[in-house]
Amino acid sequence: MDTAFVIQQLIFGITLGCLYSLIAIGYTMVYGVIRLINFAHGDLLMVAAYIGFFGIVIYHLPWPVAFGISILLTAALGILIDRGAYKPLRDSPRISALITAIGVSFLLENLGIVIIGGRPKSFPRPSLFEGDLQFDQLILPYLSLWVLGITVMLLTLVLLIVHRTRVGMAMRALSRDFETVRLMGVDVDRVISFTFVLGSSLAAVGGIFWCMKYPAVEPFMGVIPGLKAFVAAVLGGIGSVSGAALGGLLLGLAEVLIVAIQPEWSGYRDAVAFTILIAILLTRPTGIMGEELPK
Amino acid sequence: MSETLLRTEGLTVVFGGLVALSGLDLEIRRGEIVGLIGPNGAGKTTAFNAITGVVQPSSGRIFLGEEDITARPAPKIAAKGIARTFQQIRLYDDLTVIENVMVAGHSSVRYTFLEAVTGLGRFSADEKRISEYAEYLLELMGLSDVISAKASALPYGRQRKLEIARALALRPTVLLLDEPVAGMNPMETKGFADLLRRLHRELNLTIGLIDHDMGFVMNVCHKIKVIDHGVPIAWGTPNEIRTDQKVIAAYLGTAA
Repeated sequence: MDTAFVIQQLIFGITLGCLYSLIAIGYTMVYGVIRLINFAHGDLLMVAAYIGFFGIVIYHLPWPVAFGISILLTAALGILIDRGAYKPLRDSPRISALITAIGVSFLLENLGIVIIGGRPKSFPRPSLFEGDLQFDQLILPYLSLWVLGITVMLLTLVLLIVHRTRVGMAMRALSRDFETVRLMGVDVDRVISFTFVLGSSLAAVGGIFWCMKYPAVEPFMGVIPGLKAFVAAVLGGIGSVSGAALGGLLLGLAEVLIVAIQPEWSGYRDAVAFTILIAILLTRPTGIMGEELPK
Repeated sequence: MSETLLRTEGLTVVFGGLVALSGLDLEIRRGEIVGLIGPNGAGKTTAFNAITGVVQPSSGRIFLGEEDITARPAPKIAAKGIARTFQQIRLYDDLTVIENVMVAGHSSVRYTFLEAVTGLGRFSADEKRISEYAEYLLELMGLSDVISAKASALPYGRQRKLEIARALALRPTVLLLDEPVAGMNPMETKGFADLLRRLHRELNLTIGLIDHDMGFVMNVCHKIKVIDHGVPIAWGTPNEIRTDQKVIAAYLGTAA
């Protein structure tokens, strides 16, 4: 195993990790604010991909327009899901909302089958994201650079919003104590909607890039990335934005490197994520950047 | 005499079969400090919860000035000028001291989302106004030296003060304090009574408070309402309450 090979694998791992991070941030933000594992989050990625696909292939929109519309509509769907499915259960036991989230996830997947059909469609990749840089044996796809750049940019933006703005302050306060925030005159529903907008937009961006990397759109495409992003969020410490980003990166690297080291294990790729999940739950359930549990 | 600011008429709260509060008529005039006292479980905190929209009253009405605010959503009531603190301290542990106070400045924000994103228009002026007011309040409460400490790092007495600063950031007309001196020693309590009088004077506040420390309540309140098992039993000045037979019976038990 030479250095070039290792670096090459690291590039692939970081690219995959960035995609997991983008999706995991949305998971972790929603959990941080309303303490709900939004299992429908992964399916938003599928919805975003389909909207992008229809925009470009069916309506022949220029890709920036199609992607922009996709992000906007996915954000709107995020608010709609919250208002329609989760808000009525705000005062119910947490398990009710969790089961509802699983229900919403199935609903979106099966609506996809009924309306669009289960046959995978190939996602168009705009020429901007085609091609790669070559250094000796090293291949650096432009897409990887875009994914890394955009992930870093969006992560910075989210961290700025959470730590520097008033709505971010309200989000952090909400994760501590719902009721007092209401009593301080904050329109809690607007803060929650904003959280869903942010999370869903990131999922949409993640979904679009996912499809450019693995260009097949089908109704269940969000399941596995969604589950893995969930693992990434738990690994990093659910509720923590930087934790989710770190968890995503580590997970992506772990998956790629294990296959690189032991090619015959490639069939166990997905198992890596869930082994990590079990290990982290056994040893440090609050995750890498999560708070220490009171002893 | 000044006008009535906060008024409840026959305020009743029933949880399942339990009558937590029954027919409370309370009247707080502008500028008064009114105490609400009674034995444990008398329904004092329930009254505050109903007034601030945390629980729905089963019957009765609540007026702020002329306006009926019964069962309005909690954030609306807060924005209309009723702020409160809690029996158990409920701060945002992870946030800094000044952030805790600034959360309550939310309702006074006038800039739009677009202005916030671009940082233009009223955004910076509004933000400056809110953070300056938060600094002023923290100074008033003697917390200037810990502005950027985490709320959880403060000792108990200062957390109580921070809770009050947070409530004051709503620029309330009525401030409701739920057991503000609970857990304080006599020296701290005395200091707090002085602070309360100063706030009352400097911010033109009208205050409603619950406490078990009779010395403190008698000392700072102009009027006192006594409730027992959810039922109001007396209303008057501290001197009238001190000698009221029903109050003495509620606290000491009746001789059969």
